[in-house]
Order: sequence, then C-alpha cells, then structure tokens
Amino acid sequence: MSELEQLRQEAEQLRHQIRDARKACSDSTLSQMTAGLDSVGRIQMRTRRTLRGHLAKIYAMHWGTDSRLLVSASQDGKLIIWDSYTTNKVMRRSSVVFSFILRYLSCCRFLDDGQIITSSGDTTCALWDIETGQQTTSFTGHTGDVMSLTVCPDSKAFVSGACDALAKLWDIRDGMCRQSFTGHVSDINAVCFFPNGNAFTTGSDDATCRLFDLRADQELMLYSHDNIICGITSVAFSKSGRLLLAGYDDFNCNVWDTLKGERAGINTCISFTLKSISALFQK
Amino acid sequence: MAQTSQDQGAVGITDPDDDSPNMIAYRKIEEIITRLQDETEGVPVRTVKSFLSKIPSVVTGSDIVQWLMKNLNIEDPVEAIHIGSLIAAQGYIFPISDHVLTLKDDGTFYRFQAPYFWPSNCWEPENTDYAIYLCKRTMQNKTRLELADYEAENLARLQRAFARKWEFIFMQAEAQVKIDRKKDKTERKILDSQERAFWDVHRPVPGCVNTTEMDIRKCRRLKNPARVKKSVYGVVDDTHTQSPVHTPSQQINKDSKEDVEKEILFLNTQLDRHCMKMSKVAETLMSYTDQYLEYDPFLSVPDPSNPWIGDDVTFWEQEASKEPCQQRVKKWGFSLDEALKDPLGRDQFLKFLESEFSSENLLYWLAVQDLKCRPLQEVPARAQEIWQEFLAEGAPNAINLDSHSYERTSQNLKDPGRYSFEDAQDHIYKLMKSDSYPRFQRSNAYQDLLLARKKPETDQGRRTSLEKFTRSMGKSLTTKRLTGLMQSS
Repeated sequence: MSELEQLRQEAEQLRHQIRDARKACSDSTLSQMTAGLDSVGRIQMRTRRTLRGHLAKIYAMHWGTDSRLLVSASQDGKLIIWDSYTTNKVMRRSSVVFSFILRYLSCCRFLDDGQIITSSGDTTCALWDIETGQQTTSFTGHTGDVMSLTVCPDSKAFVSGACDALAKLWDIRDGMCRQSFTGHVSDINAVCFFPNGNAFTTGSDDATCRLFDLRADQELMLYSHDNIICGITSVAFSKSGRLLLAGYDDFNCNVWDTLKGERAGINTCISFTLKSISALFQK
Repeated sequence: MAQTSQDQGAVGITDPDDDSPNMIAYRKIEEIITRLQDETEGVPVRTVKSFLSKIPSVVTGSDIVQWLMKNLNIEDPVEAIHIGSLIAAQGYIFPISDHVLTLKDDGTFYRFQAPYFWPSNCWEPENTDYAIYLCKRTMQNKTRLELADYEAENLARLQRAFARKWEFIFMQAEAQVKIDRKKDKTERKILDSQERAFWDVHRPVPGCVNTTEMDIRKCRRLKNPARVKKSVYGVVDDTHTQSPVHTPSQQINKDSKEDVEKEILFLNTQLDRHCMKMSKVAETLMSYTDQYLEYDPFLSVPDPSNPWIGDDVTFWEQEASKEPCQQRVKKWGFSLDEALKDPLGRDQFLKFLESEFSSENLLYWLAVQDLKCRPLQEVPARAQEIWQEFLAEGAPNAINLDSHSYERTSQNLKDPGRYSFEDAQDHIYKLMKSDSYPRFQRSNAYQDLLLARKKPETDQGRRTSLEKFTRSMGKSLTTKRLTGLMQSS
C-alpha cells in the first residue's frame, strides 16, 4: 500500500472516530428537548417602510448600530445610506472599488473601525487593515466559492459558508480553521450567528436552513418543508434568537421557530424589485 | 420544428451529478409535475369546446390549485397559488392566453410544458433562435400567432442587429414553417403554445422577472462551459466564432500527500476537542431565548411602544439617554459580557470596581480591546504605553498576573502586535467574571438601580465605606443581611 493510501486510510479512521464521538454526545435532539415548549404562535409581519431609490437589483444591505440607519448596495453601482424611519436618503455614493481580490467579493463585515473581513469567490476569506489597505490574515481551506460570513459576538472568530456545502469556524487571530460543519448538500448562501455566540444558522440552495452548535460540533436542527422548493439567500435571528428569518429565492421570507423547528409565518414580498432579502435585523 | 426528432436526445431527465444550483429546485418541481400529469391521480386534462374550435389538452387554474392543496397538504390557497406560480414562472405550466407566467385560481386555461423545453435541460437560447422564432410567427397568417407589442419591438431590434445575416435567419424561419405545416392541426396548436411559453421564460415580458437569470456569482460554475450552446431549432451557426473559454483554475483536487497530512492534523485536533452533550446545548439555547424574550420586539411589546408600529420614537430616545430604564439595567446582570457591552453598564461596573480598588482590571481590559482596533501603525507605540501603565515595574495601574502570563506577555512585546496582550486579557477577564462581577451583581449600587430605588449619579461615598465595613466583617454576609444593616444605619 502506498504512503498516500495509508494516509488516506488514517484520515478515514479519524473521521469515523469523530463521527462516533459526536454520536456519543447525541443523548437527545433539540426537537425532543423542546417538544414541551410553548410554540411562538403565528408571527404576522407587515411591510413598515419601502425605500425607493436604487435603479437596479439590490444585492446587500446592513443595519447601523442605532437600528435606524441602514446601507444598501445595488447593481447600479451605488451605495445608499438611508434613515429607514423617515425613508430619507442620508448619503449616496458610488461604490469604491478595492481591487485586491481576483475573483468576486461575496460578503464583507467590519470587525471594528479599522478592520474588515471579506469572503470571496476565490474560496478564501481575508482580514484587511483598512488604513493601509493591506491583507493582515488569509483564511484558506474551502474548496468552493465562499458566499457569506458572520462574525462571532466576541469578535474573536467568524463562520463562513461556501459552495462546497461546508461551514467553517475560523480563529481571527491565527487564521486557522477551528471547526468544519457538514450537513448541507448544496451551496451555502448565507450564515448568521445565534446571539449567544455558541451557535449559528446557515441557508442553502438545498432549500434548507440548519442550526449548528460550536460546542456540540454538529447540526442541531433542520428547517425545511416539502413545499419549499427554492434555495435560501439570506438568514437572520431575532434579538432573542427564538425566531429565525430566512429569505428565499421565490421572494418569500419564512419565519421559523428556532427551537421547535416549526414554521411560524410566511411573508411574501409582493414587489419584484427586491431579489434577495438580506439579513435585516435591528440590533 | 425540429422538436420531435430531438425529443429523445434532450428530454429532461436530470443528471444526478449536475451541480447547477437550480437543479435541486427543478427536480422537485418535476416530481410535482409528473404527479400532476398522472392519468389517475393527476388533474383532469381535457379538450374544451370553444366557439368554433376546440382547445386541446388544458386544465383550469382552479383545478391545479385544488390538486396542490390536496396533494401537498396545503391549507391556505394563497400558498398553493404561490407554489403554482413558481412552477409557472419556471415554465413548467403556462396559461394558454397570456405571456405572463403566473397561476390564477379561476377558470383560466393552463397547459403543461413539453419535457423538451424543460429548464432542467439548461437551455441558453441565442438571439438567433429568438429571431428565427419571431420571424416565423410573422409568416403564419393566424391571429393567435400575432406578435405582441413588445415582441414586435424585439423583432425590429433583432432585424437591426442581425442585418447582415437576416437572409439566413429568414430561410431558417421558412424551413421551420414548412416542418410545422406537416403536423396535425391539434398537435400544432399544442406545440405552438409550448414553444411560446418557452420563449416567455427566456425572453420574458418587460416587467416580469426573468427566472433564467442566475445569481451572477454562480454563473461561472455552469457545467461544461466549453460546450457548444445547442440551438432550439437545430441550427448550426457557423458564423458564430467560438470565443476562448476561461477554464476555472480550481480543478477537482487530486489530494497530494501534504493535503492529506494537513487534513489528518486538523482531524486530530477535532478529535481532541471536548464535545458538549446535546441535551446540555439544548438547555443553554432554551434558557438564553427565554431570558432575552422580553428584549425581542417580535415576541414582546417594547416599553413604551414599538417605534415601527405607531409613530412614537420614545423607545429609541430611551436607549440613547443617560438614564437607563429598568429593563436595560436588568440586562447588565445577565452576564459580564452584557454589562461591558452597554456603555452605561460599563461605567457602573467601573465605578463599582473603583470602590473595591480593583478598577485597573477593567481599565486594562478596555485598553487591550482598544489596541485590537487601532491602525497597524499605531500598535507598537500603544502597546508600550499599555505595558508602562499596567505591567511594568512600578506601573501606576498594576494588574495582578501570574508569573507565567507575565513572562508570556513580555515575550510577546518583543514583537508587539494587536494580540500581544490577549492571553493576559483573557486571564483578567476570567478574574473579573468569577470574582468582581458576582459582587457587582449583589452590590447595593446595582441592586438600587435594578429596583429603581436610586438614580445612577448618587453619592457613592457612603455606600463604599459601608461596603468596606461589611466586607471586613466577613464574606458570609448575604444581601438580605446587608440590606438589614443599611436600613439600620
């Protein structure tokens, strides 16, 4: 047997052991544990504001820390900052081009005023120092385009979701991948941390959302329904984490009970001008 | 139309290995479509007599909606219409008298799309095909084939664009018309409508969503990019030059020895990790959501009201004010993290630590947090300042570190970086969390705020000396007894 073969066997054995260890921890499931919990009931949401101004598809948006300002980015090349409450535009800018990455940039999140983390179609993520424009750390390991990232509340780590159907937890300080989560069968388009920083959710083209826990090192819950055919483009949690909001390719936004795995509400985006509902939670 | 002869080659049996993001959705839809068309369990497809002619092979919108509700266990007709419209938008069913592909819950007639035209065949029809199609429509003298306004505009545009090869296109269109004429009248009606529905998907009515538009980021990964795009009408376009295709540089990875060795290293660290039991994890999630329920505007009504429902922005004004409401003070008691997250909570905690003469811990922690955010150029200087203030011999705000952490930190400072102080910081954090923070939670200052007995800017002096006194009497005093003491003093 060649050395490579031996190594492969060793890796396979380790994978089996890890699988067994995870099974040993599965003394219950989240659904079983929450069976007796009161359901959240029907969550009815209404459109409160419509912000008009972009000329083409809006690909991303993000809330400011005051829960009123938000920024949106569109294919028309413009960034607009809105006071969402009054619907007034505060600022309008042409997108600044940072040409440091050779493939497309799928997601970016500020770590603080001086640093930003990006995910890219070249399968890597990167940490940048904004002032010098230099790449401080590179996070490699995914074998598919990285589509989204979410920063842990303690700012020491982040999770990325990619087209290789894996979600990975990275240590910001040393650039190492700490954990890798399997379960999805197609591209992961969106990821979001649970507010306690110990779990996160993913949304994928396989029409399911999943909840993964860092300490259990595995999937806790699957959010899906036979009648849900389309992939998920964005996910977000409510303040308590009890509600999981997911935006789908069919213009629906489904509200899930995070703990019980049931659907709590469906909201249809009637207008066709918004193709993807990005993570839209007030802090 | 070259359709029938190509049927065998291009029917939409999806390749299980195909990784196009939409394939999963197509497979699900095709499953539903197959069931819908089932002879016994499906919808009633019939020929309807109309006016002077017959309309072959149709089913009403309401029949489809009813079937969906029954067979997909849907209670709300709105949901059934939503799924039905999705299936229509992708082109699997279509209204025979409308270009707009949605499902209506009424007597509107719908037809099923031919598998040849299914989206799962990965059609990317060229404009030459579209031009041939529109051209041939104008050649046939039938009212049902008249061009809509937008189609006439499209045709005009294509005529200009393809001016030089219009003769070729015209000939192809004529050839198609000839083939069509040979077909049975009823069959032609059906095929014509299916062909039109195909183009409604790929060249939609202005204002409709183009469902064939893929996420721009995923377009690169279309299977077999070097494949010659097949023509709907079997036209081999030799004037179309094959542009060089950029083959993606990431090939299927042939694992090298290093890759596998790296993986083994990674797997070993995974194995070493302590895995928490699911039941415990579930419990922590449940208690977290329970604790924060009252802070979740979707599940509890904010106090005094939700600014998004009604016009009252008091809630936000309260958040921004220097006087924290009770709910906010309560949060500081949930965890040290929460206290530190809120600037007001941080201030209160700092004041408390000052009263205990251990404020250097928090000051150090804050300084290190700040260091981590500084621009790279400022880091070395700032690191030195932190060392001087907190760690150097004779430092004004000396923190108490064990010798091991102290050594590590001074080593780190030989090459100062953002994370040089992090190990020491973690140590200090743990100290505050296990020692000072619980006392803060029990402190009079905090308890008073919590029970809204006093405002934040009170005279701390009296409390402080009393606390020192009670502490010196022994740590076994409980809050109750402390309160009792206070009342008597």
